[in-house]
Amino acid sequence: MDIKKGRFGEYGGQYIPETLMNAVIELEEAYERYKADSAFVEELNGLFRDYAGRPSLLYYAKKMTEDLGGAKIYLKREDLNHTGAHKINNVLGQALLAKKMGKKRLIAETGAGQHGVATATAAALLGLECVVFMGKEDTERQALNVYKMKLLGAEVIPVTTGTGTLKDAVSAAMREWTSRIEDTHYCLGSVMGPHPFPTIVRDFQAVIGKEIKSQLMEKEGCLPYAVIACVGGGSNAIGTFYDFIGDEEVKLIGCEAAGKGIDGFETAATINTGKVGIFHGMKSYFCQDEYGQIAPVYSISAGLDYPGIGPEHAYLSDIGRAEYVPVTDIEAVEAFEYLSRTEGIIPAIESAHALSYAMKTAPTLDKDKILVVTLSGRGDKDCAAIARFRGEPQLLHGGGSDVANTTAIEEPQLLYESGSDAANTTAIEEPQLLHGSGSDVANTTAIEGR
Amino acid sequence: MSNIKKAFDHGKAFIPFMTCGDPDLETTIEAVKAAENAGADLIELGIPFSDPTAEGPVIQEANERALRGGVTTDKIFEAVRTMRKDVRLPMVFMTYANVVFSYGAEKFISSCAELGMDGLILPDLPYEERGEFLPVCEKYGIDLVSMVAPTSEDRIKRIASDAKGFLYIVSSLGVTGVRKEIKTDLSGILAMVRQYTDTPAAIGFGISTPEQAKRMAEISDGVIVGSAIVKLFKEHGREAPVYVGEYVEKMKKAVL
Repeated sequence: MDIKKGRFGEYGGQYIPETLMNAVIELEEAYERYKADSAFVEELNGLFRDYAGRPSLLYYAKKMTEDLGGAKIYLKREDLNHTGAHKINNVLGQALLAKKMGKKRLIAETGAGQHGVATATAAALLGLECVVFMGKEDTERQALNVYKMKLLGAEVIPVTTGTGTLKDAVSAAMREWTSRIEDTHYCLGSVMGPHPFPTIVRDFQAVIGKEIKSQLMEKEGCLPYAVIACVGGGSNAIGTFYDFIGDEEVKLIGCEAAGKGIDGFETAATINTGKVGIFHGMKSYFCQDEYGQIAPVYSISAGLDYPGIGPEHAYLSDIGRAEYVPVTDIEAVEAFEYLSRTEGIIPAIESAHALSYAMKTAPTLDKDKILVVTLSGRGDKDCAAIARFRGEPQLLHGGGSDVANTTAIEEPQLLYESGSDAANTTAIEEPQLLHGSGSDVANTTAIEGR
Repeated sequence: MSNIKKAFDHGKAFIPFMTCGDPDLETTIEAVKAAENAGADLIELGIPFSDPTAEGPVIQEANERALRGGVTTDKIFEAVRTMRKDVRLPMVFMTYANVVFSYGAEKFISSCAELGMDGLILPDLPYEERGEFLPVCEKYGIDLVSMVAPTSEDRIKRIASDAKGFLYIVSSLGVTGVRKEIKTDLSGILAMVRQYTDTPAAIGFGISTPEQAKRMAEISDGVIVGSAIVKLFKEHGREAPVYVGEYVEKMKKAVL
């Protein structure tokens, strides 16, 4: 697929400051060396197996299939991986690579917090320092993950520039990397950024699709009709798609976060609403205005709330090999609730975007067709936000509920004493998730202070 | 060859940077005039970008202020047209690749030439990617300025050999912003650069005081100052041009 080095068609490239060029060249050389090194590959496979819990299950969703009355639905259970999402696949690969390169410190951006938690986990395991940049708005939406990262020994830096979401966290991590290259590896969390990241991350995530293929072959003796995954930057999607790209009969479907709908501005559906541009090190599609200013995108899902998409997806879309469909907040929330009720599996709100599309499509297909949906992560982290979205009073208003009162009594300083906006906001909105997380945000240096 | 070479004809060059439209374009126009009168040799005009990944907080905030004020590429082009009635100095735009790409490289760069701009600096366009815009820049006589960083090492030969206009030597790791001290072995980097090119080399990033500027000018052909000037716009708003003039005068004296 790489027609020119680091390019997918016209997309990709290395649009980064000169200061970083030798770092990405060094990374590329190290990656080329270690991916061909059987000891490295064996060590990584060992971590996948013994630490992350791979292979992840391919689960036949019988009740869902019967209820929808059409295509047979399988779920690729990346949510069952250690740390609860597909992010660990890439992170174990990159952290091990960084260690071999002699780096002492990992930095990462995170949206929903899953990549940050995975990076903090790998750093703890491999004895590396870890600093995670997270949009301030996301530290509030995903307070539990902030706490987890801190617990794992990472420093979490809330980013207040721009919109305070994933794109700003990426920018902050890139800025940090330019100031400290020698001992630091930037553990990018998706198939985006400058070459070689889109290729490295894809290769480490490709295990998802490889497993789907062999597991389905074992269970059904055939290829699926379609594989479906949610797309923000697009790492679980490319991981799901990659092994099927050559199987022309298998449809590849990426589900973008449409937010409140692709007709308005409150959306993050890049392929559906964006145009080609150059940002964050790559040429790809971006949500932007007529002068190329990057748009403040929106999605209920912090993990998909990004104005760009990985360059390989841009290419797969252009050549018609993969299809990218928009899924709105409300559709994703309904899928989140549906899977919980129907199969007893609470999916990440990101993954619920992919489920929603499967729910729409399955009834239109014959019963001999198979859909595989990648459940990229588990939904524990989203429960408070979805409850809030649904207006459930006991999670919404701290004051009246037992949970909030208990929290307040046990840890009054988190609710009332902290000076930071983050802590205060979080305290009001998510008392049950507060333990520690609010104060982490408050105590951590804000990005401007550095 | 553009007029950029002329900027280095009057001793060591002093190159102020300002963000267009912070706080408004009228102020930018007046500040450029003030800088020219105060002895600036070349002006670097920043076209704001929503997500300037090579900038520190000071210039990031200036970009945000300018964009909130409604500045656009087209409005900046109009301001430069007005400016050019009085200003004779060589001028270059500093912006990000997407600003040029989304406007259309041909349309953007031909407009630059038509407006009397001399060069273009894109901090997210390294040597390997300059093919994106270089052919169009060459077609219209706009110098695509390359940067050399403290980490460039073996890349210096290629970058310096193909330098256009002037070489922008990045003084330190990290993003733009005022620094107390600059520790990079800049003399070593400049010596390497001079093995491969006669193109003037100016040092930027982190310079704010006359003492720093003097030291940097001793080892290079000029000094670029951004954040320290952008701070004047934050502090003085529409009154900034007077302060910019005073500052440029002081700094030009220091580098001479």
